[in-house]
Amino acid sequence: MSMQLVTGNHAAGHSMGLAGEANRGARGAVCGIYPITPQTEIVEYIAKFPFTRGSVVPVESEHSAMGVCLGASMNGARSFTASSSNGLAYMAENVMVAAFYRLPIVMAVVNRTLGPPWNIWADQGDSLMFRDFAWVQLYCDTSQDVSDTTLLAFRIAEDPRILLPVMVCMDGFIISHTSMEVELAEQEQVDRFLPSCDVPHRLDSSHPATMGGMTFPPETLAHRLEMYQAMKRVPEVLEEHRVQFRQEFGREVAGAVSAYQVEDADILFITSGSISTTMKDVIDKRRERGEKVGMVRIKMFRPFPVEQVRELCSGAKKVGVLDRNCAADRGGIFWQEVCAAMQGPGHPMIQGYLTGVGGSDVLPKTVHEVVDDLLERTEAGEPVWKGIEQ
Amino acid sequence: MSNGLTMLGRALQDELYSMVIPACCGIVTAGAYPTTSYNVPVLASTFASSPAFASGVTAVNGLNPEADGRKRHVICWAGDGGTYDIGMATLSAAAERNEDLIYICYDNEIYGNTGGQRSSATPLTARTATTPRGKGEGKKNIIKILAAHQIPYAATLSIAHPDDFQRKIKKALKVKGFKFFLMHSPCPTGWKTEPAETIELVSLAVRSGIFPLYEVFDGVNYRINAEPDGTDPAEYFMRQRRFRGPEMDIESVKQWVEKRMLRLKRLESVSQFD
Repeated sequence: MSMQLVTGNHAAGHSMGLAGEANRGARGAVCGIYPITPQTEIVEYIAKFPFTRGSVVPVESEHSAMGVCLGASMNGARSFTASSSNGLAYMAENVMVAAFYRLPIVMAVVNRTLGPPWNIWADQGDSLMFRDFAWVQLYCDTSQDVSDTTLLAFRIAEDPRILLPVMVCMDGFIISHTSMEVELAEQEQVDRFLPSCDVPHRLDSSHPATMGGMTFPPETLAHRLEMYQAMKRVPEVLEEHRVQFRQEFGREVAGAVSAYQVEDADILFITSGSISTTMKDVIDKRRERGEKVGMVRIKMFRPFPVEQVRELCSGAKKVGVLDRNCAADRGGIFWQEVCAAMQGPGHPMIQGYLTGVGGSDVLPKTVHEVVDDLLERTEAGEPVWKGIEQ
Repeated sequence: MSNGLTMLGRALQDELYSMVIPACCGIVTAGAYPTTSYNVPVLASTFASSPAFASGVTAVNGLNPEADGRKRHVICWAGDGGTYDIGMATLSAAAERNEDLIYICYDNEIYGNTGGQRSSATPLTARTATTPRGKGEGKKNIIKILAAHQIPYAATLSIAHPDDFQRKIKKALKVKGFKFFLMHSPCPTGWKTEPAETIELVSLAVRSGIFPLYEVFDGVNYRINAEPDGTDPAEYFMRQRRFRGPEMDIESVKQWVEKRMLRLKRLESVSQFD
C-alpha cells in the first residue's frame, strides 16, 4: 500500500490497469481508447500499462472505442475505457449497447460541459445523458474515491447477479487534474479482490448463437424486465462488495449515499461529486453558528437510491439539492430525482439550486449563499441559478 | 447474398471462426439468440461498427490461442450502406491498423433492408427510392480506397465464379492482417430484376467488364482474374428496370467501362510478384 500524490485521472488509470492485469489468468484485458480533454490522461495511462495479457486498440473515434470494448467483452475479456463530454455523446449508440448486451464494461467519465459553446470545464450533463440506459453510475468526490470506486465498479459489473456496465464519474479538472494524496492499490491486492472476469454469454463455438439478432416484442420485453431487475439488485450487491473491499484494503469506500450531520438536522443539502467536499466544510461552519444543517451525498445516481434518500430526509423540514447540470426545461437532474422520490404529503419542502453549471467554480461563498437562501425560504420555487455574473 | 453466404460457409467449413454483422439483411437471416442459422458464433454490431467490434473480438482471440494451435478467424459480413457510407470511418481505421480480420462487403448498390434507397455504391443513373430521377453521381471506388490503405489483400468476388470465390477466401485465411472483399450482390426487389436471372446478371457483369474480378496485393500489385469476353455492357443494364430512365446514356457507360478496364490492365502490367 503506497500513499502518493496523484490526480483523479492517474487514480482511475492506475486502478483500471491493475484490474486489467488481474484478469491475466483468464481471457485478459482489451480496451478501445480515444482521447478527449479532460480524460485523455486515463487512456494514456491504459496505453502505457505493461499488461501480461492485454491489448489496447487506439481507434479513430469514441464510437469505435466502445465498439472495440463491446467485441472484446463479448469475447470474454475484461474491458474498460474512458470518455468525456461530446466524445461521450458521439459514443452514445454503443454505450447503450453495452447495457443491452449485459456486458460488464467499466468506463471512467470525466464530466465536462457539452458544447457548443466549447467549454472544457466540469458539468455532469454528459454522463447524465445516459441515466436511462441501465448503466450503473457512481459519482466520486475525491481522487481516493476514484481509485477505490473504479475497483469496486469491476466487482459490481462482473457480479453474476448484475452483469451491467458501470460508469465511474468525476468532475473535470476539479478532480481529474488536481493532485491529492491517494492510497493507491497494489497488484496483489487487486488480484485477490477481483475474481476472474466471466461473461457467461460470451461467443462460444461449442454453443454458437446470434447475439443481438432480430427478436419480437415478447422477447425484448423479457430482456428489458431482466435488465430492470438486475438494476434493482445493485444496491445490495454494492454493499456486499464494499465489505469485501474493506477486508482487502482496510479502508472504507463510500457507498450509494453518505450522510453527514443529518441526525438532528432541520435543513438538509443533497450534493454529488466534488461539491460534496465543499458542502461538508460549509456544514461545519454553519454548525458552529448553531444552525441545524446537514448533508446527504449521493454517489450512486443509477440505480437511484430512492429508499435511502427518503429515509435520510424524513426528519428534515427543508431540503436543498445542488446540481452541477441542468435539464434545459426542468433544472437540476438530481433535484428532479429527489422530488420524484419524495412525492405526496409529509415530505419536506425541496428546493433546487443550479451550482457550477457550465463549469463555474462552486466556492464556499456560493454554497453559503445557497444555505442562506434555504434558511430564509418559506416555500419552494423555480430552481435558483447560482454563479450568473450580473 | 444467401448464395454468397453458402459459398463462404463452404470455403470455411473446416475453420474456426466467428462473424460480426452490422445492420443489414445478413443479420436478419442470422436468426435469434440462443440459436443461429450460421452455425458459428455471430455478433450483431451497430450499423457503423462491425470493424470496431471485430477488432475487439480478434484482439481477445490473439491473447487466447487455441490449445491445438489452430487460428480462430473473424469475419465481418456487411452491406454497401454499412461499408461505403456509415461504416467508412470505422472500416478505414481498422484497415489502417491492419487488424487481422476478413471483411466482406456484399454490395447490392442500395440500402436494401430499408426498401432501396441510394448509397454511395449506387451507380450513375440508377433509380432508387431516394433518386427518383436517377442518381446523378457515380459509384465510389471502394477497392481503390482500401488499396490506398496498403492492406495485404483486397479482391472482388462474384457468385457466378464459385471456384475463384473459394480460392480467394482460402487465400485470405493464410494472410495475416486486413483482408477486404467486395461481392457483387443483386437485389431483385431493388434492381427490379427477375430473381431467376441473378446469377446470369453477375456473370454478365464480369464478362462485360462492369464488375471485373481482380485482386490487389499490398495495395499496389494488381492481378485480373477474368478477362472480359467482349459481351456488350448494354445487356447487363437492359435487364434491370432501375436503369430504364431517359438519363441512361449507354454509350458513355461503355466508354467508362472500357477506360476502367484499361486502367486496371495498366496497373496489372506494372505490378511486381515474387
